[in-house]
Amino acid sequence: MAARFVVLILVQVLIFNHINFMGYINPYIYILFIILFPVNNNRTLFVFLAFLLGFCVDVFSDSGGIHAAACVTLAFIRPVFLKFSFGMVYDYQSIKFSQTDFSSRLIYFSALIFIHHFIMYSLEIFNISKIILILQKTLFSSIFTILLCLIITILFSKKRK
Amino acid sequence: MQQIINFVLRNKTFLVFLLLFGLSLFFTIQSHSYHKSKFINSSNMVTGSIYKVANGVGQYFNLVEQNKALLEENRMLKSIVHNFDRDTSKISFTDSLKFNSHYKFRTADVYKNSYSQTANYLTINKGKKDSIKIDYGVITSQGIVGIIENTSQNFSSVLSILNTRSRINAQLKKTNHIGSLVWNTESAEFAQLIDISKFAPVAIGDTIVTGGQSTIFPKGVLIGTVNSYKIDNGGDSYTVNVKLFNDMTNIGHVYVVENLQAAEIKSLQKPKDD
Repeated sequence: MAARFVVLILVQVLIFNHINFMGYINPYIYILFIILFPVNNNRTLFVFLAFLLGFCVDVFSDSGGIHAAACVTLAFIRPVFLKFSFGMVYDYQSIKFSQTDFSSRLIYFSALIFIHHFIMYSLEIFNISKIILILQKTLFSSIFTILLCLIITILFSKKRK
Repeated sequence: MQQIINFVLRNKTFLVFLLLFGLSLFFTIQSHSYHKSKFINSSNMVTGSIYKVANGVGQYFNLVEQNKALLEENRMLKSIVHNFDRDTSKISFTDSLKFNSHYKFRTADVYKNSYSQTANYLTINKGKKDSIKIDYGVITSQGIVGIIENTSQNFSSVLSILNTRSRINAQLKKTNHIGSLVWNTESAEFAQLIDISKFAPVAIGDTIVTGGQSTIFPKGVLIGTVNSYKIDNGGDSYTVNVKLFNDMTNIGHVYVVENLQAAEIKSLQKPKDD
């Protein structure tokens, strides 16, 4: 878990922050840490870890506290989306993300990533009159992030049969 | 009392969330005001050393372009030196104290550069140890890059001109009409020159340089050319779209400019107490 934390931050700030696809589209794959965090763990600790994660990325990218704010929110509202996308399985508190079916995982990923990006870009641009720009950046970056996150989870999933 | 403690225990996740969210909002708002982003910036020890390692690998990939830029700069300097009239009284200094007394240049490597956010910063590998201080200018041979905003022992962070908070005094090269260079976040190739008087003879292709009013940059450092211009809504000033000479997406080596007379000029401009 600690290794994943460090590796995701390093990969994010050293590689994915510099992709700048079409000029401004960057994927933010570090939130995989929050998305894939074990479900039945201490929630307060989880919120705090999410803050730490966002804070580290902020320090590296000189962005104030936008990643931290988005991550904390994401960690706090995650249970709602777990329930929404996985339904029954979540009630037993025993989700293994590698064992869920693809469609519900896609919904879960998309919802969280979209919310994270929206909060982040709103805080970055910090100007309600540029809502179109916020939504545009949110949409394009989200698509990029969702694709990469799905690919990464598929590549790194442990096959247990 | 019991109930208060119970309430806190029951809602501790929510309270922790509120606290941390508030903290990050505080950091965000602080980063929006000039010279106050002290806490979070990439010019600290940890991030600096990590970027240093990454740069050690990454800088080899654009060596060719960096060499070309250096060669081009050398060519320009050589043409200045050799076309200069050889009156030695003009280029040699009998009093060595007067030599190099206005602007001091230091070289630095860029460790981190960003241009896709609305608030972009660079991190360079010189800091307090190399007597870099806040408000020094940063330029390349092609044009301006930004202003030093934070320094640590070994690293500094630079407020890029591609930042909505950046505001740099600039003027037309052919006349002395001044304005401010800002950025509207749309493209890393263009910046905007605002508040140019409507009497200024702006034409497409004109060169824009830094003005002499700031104590940060020397007068006449290149910025870019006029790409398009339109009259403001108020009708008394132009907004000029400036195509930057610098490719802000590819910056390897920079010069940090220190104005040795900045303190003197500032003390003159400060309003008198009496």
